[in-house]
Amino acid sequence: MKERKSLLATLAKIEGLPVLGVMLIMLAAFIITAPSVFTRPLIYMSFLQTVPPALVLGLGLTLVITAGEIDLSFPAVVAFSGFAFAWVFKNVDAAWAPWAGFALALVAGALVGYVNGLLVARIGVPSIMATLASQFFWYGITILLAGGLQLNLREIEETAVHTIFTGRIFGIIPAQALWGLALTVFLWFVLNRHKFGEALMFIGDNPNVARVMGINVEATRIKLFTWMGVIAAFAGLLLTIEINVFFPTQGQGYMLPVMAAVFIGGTLISGGLGSIVGTLWGAYIIGSLQAGVVATGVTSYWVQSVMGFIMAAAVVINVSMGEGRMAGLVKTFRRWTGSSLESGAAEIAPNEPDAALDNHSYGHE
Amino acid sequence: MSEDSGHSYALQMINVDKYFGAVCALRNVSFEVGSNEIIGLIGDNGAGKSTIVKILTGVFPPTSGELYIAGRKVDFRKYNVKKAHDYGIETVYQDKSLGEKQVLWRNFFIGRNITHPFGFINVRKEKEIANEIMLNTIGFRGKGITVDSKVSKLSGGERQGVAIGRAMHFQAELILLDEPTVALSLKEVRKVLDFVHQIKDGGKACIYISHDIQDVYEISDRFVIIDRGKIVANILKQDIGRRDLDSFLLEYAHGMKDGVEG
Repeated sequence: MKERKSLLATLAKIEGLPVLGVMLIMLAAFIITAPSVFTRPLIYMSFLQTVPPALVLGLGLTLVITAGEIDLSFPAVVAFSGFAFAWVFKNVDAAWAPWAGFALALVAGALVGYVNGLLVARIGVPSIMATLASQFFWYGITILLAGGLQLNLREIEETAVHTIFTGRIFGIIPAQALWGLALTVFLWFVLNRHKFGEALMFIGDNPNVARVMGINVEATRIKLFTWMGVIAAFAGLLLTIEINVFFPTQGQGYMLPVMAAVFIGGTLISGGLGSIVGTLWGAYIIGSLQAGVVATGVTSYWVQSVMGFIMAAAVVINVSMGEGRMAGLVKTFRRWTGSSLESGAAEIAPNEPDAALDNHSYGHE
Repeated sequence: MSEDSGHSYALQMINVDKYFGAVCALRNVSFEVGSNEIIGLIGDNGAGKSTIVKILTGVFPPTSGELYIAGRKVDFRKYNVKKAHDYGIETVYQDKSLGEKQVLWRNFFIGRNITHPFGFINVRKEKEIANEIMLNTIGFRGKGITVDSKVSKLSGGERQGVAIGRAMHFQAELILLDEPTVALSLKEVRKVLDFVHQIKDGGKACIYISHDIQDVYEISDRFVIIDRGKIVANILKQDIGRRDLDSFLLEYAHGMKDGVEG
């Protein structure tokens, strides 16, 4: 094999790398513009503390969007599952109460997700509509059950659940950051190495193909929404346990940032392909954006516009470095650098449809 | 029992009727496919070709009638897409055989993964076999296309080749090609026909559905012609020239032979 890969072409194949690049550039910019904040570890610890719930939501949503669906109900699941946990914690006087609450919260999430799945897969309601309705419904139920009141959960700090999920490892690293990372690894394997994940990709790509290849499209969709419910409930738990309080409108701010994280990460809005690693970086980009822009000292009137600009830039960079487009980029790069990347173009050629299509020879001729 | 009858016919369809409400889509359809025979199933739009395909692939059962695949009688109450695969029927569609954004190796094994425990995919094994199919079964020697290429990088003819290779790998008794050359350029049609020759050489049977006489004539051993839900002719290639077949079909298209045969 005379296959020699150019460095750039190899790098482009690493999942999520362009987004990581964007994140690093962004952080570099923050370090330059706000050195007093971004050269100290405190801000990073704070990101590791605040980003994980959004990251977890984003990971679940990555699966959903890969399958060509959408879930708008997850903010309500964050509230509903948080309530389930808080209620058990407050009303059951036993050492195992936090764990029972934890389990009940996950079950509550599964329930919401399962109903979403039934609406979408069995009845055929478009997922955007079904889950929007579901969001209103479950927020309503949560407010009703909670009597509109928040629940203070300060005693939770003395429990093992708190230590395990949101404690500080070695006194500094927030445990939820590791849980977020663990879930990232796990869901990467589910999407890329499990037959369930492969089924999601094919369904998102073309449900008819999935169907004629023997995949039970409806059952897979129900399973998907159920998992999304469980994952969103887990995010709700991380949030509730971290802030020691349940309030009935919690989760409401997550909708758009979480979607932004998924799309910045490179998951296709049209379905069929999703990037779990991209979502990891996307979530941290979104999560550090506001703090970063504020810290740079830009007047507050500008903050939103600058955030929007950075998001757009992230997507543009990601898209232009995406599949197939690397060919052009590598060529350009070669022109810039003279012949230093000499072997680059040869490997890239296969990715150019026009060149590749006409030159095949077949065994039967 | 299946030992005995399994090798004479890849498929027998006996007295199949299909009604949608009061509308008759198929009436008393009977034909068989030899174990290494290529049948050209010809008919105009709406003649009932796709109804036959859907019955064969388990999308819906017929109203009445029997189906044998390699000598095994099909139980329609338990028949579905997955079961059709078990029976040995593989279908190559015009446009829904492959996931476009997915890599080739995934397309070979989707729905039939080789897995580790807990349903995790054995990627190395799947790629190995996919590569083997590409090189040996369908003779894909195109440069630059590997099992890691996305389907969207393939030409229309190559895509059908991949679908045919997949069908052959999964030990199909019968490969159903449902209008595989629609919307392809002549050069790509050529490729598909070459792939179909490989089916014949591989000792398998095939139903080639099309309304393009030129393709069908070249590739088929026998022609089954269907018109308005009924089989109107079942002719060996050696008994009819291309020109005669052409004019025969034209007569049907113009309704001149309406109701002559039953």
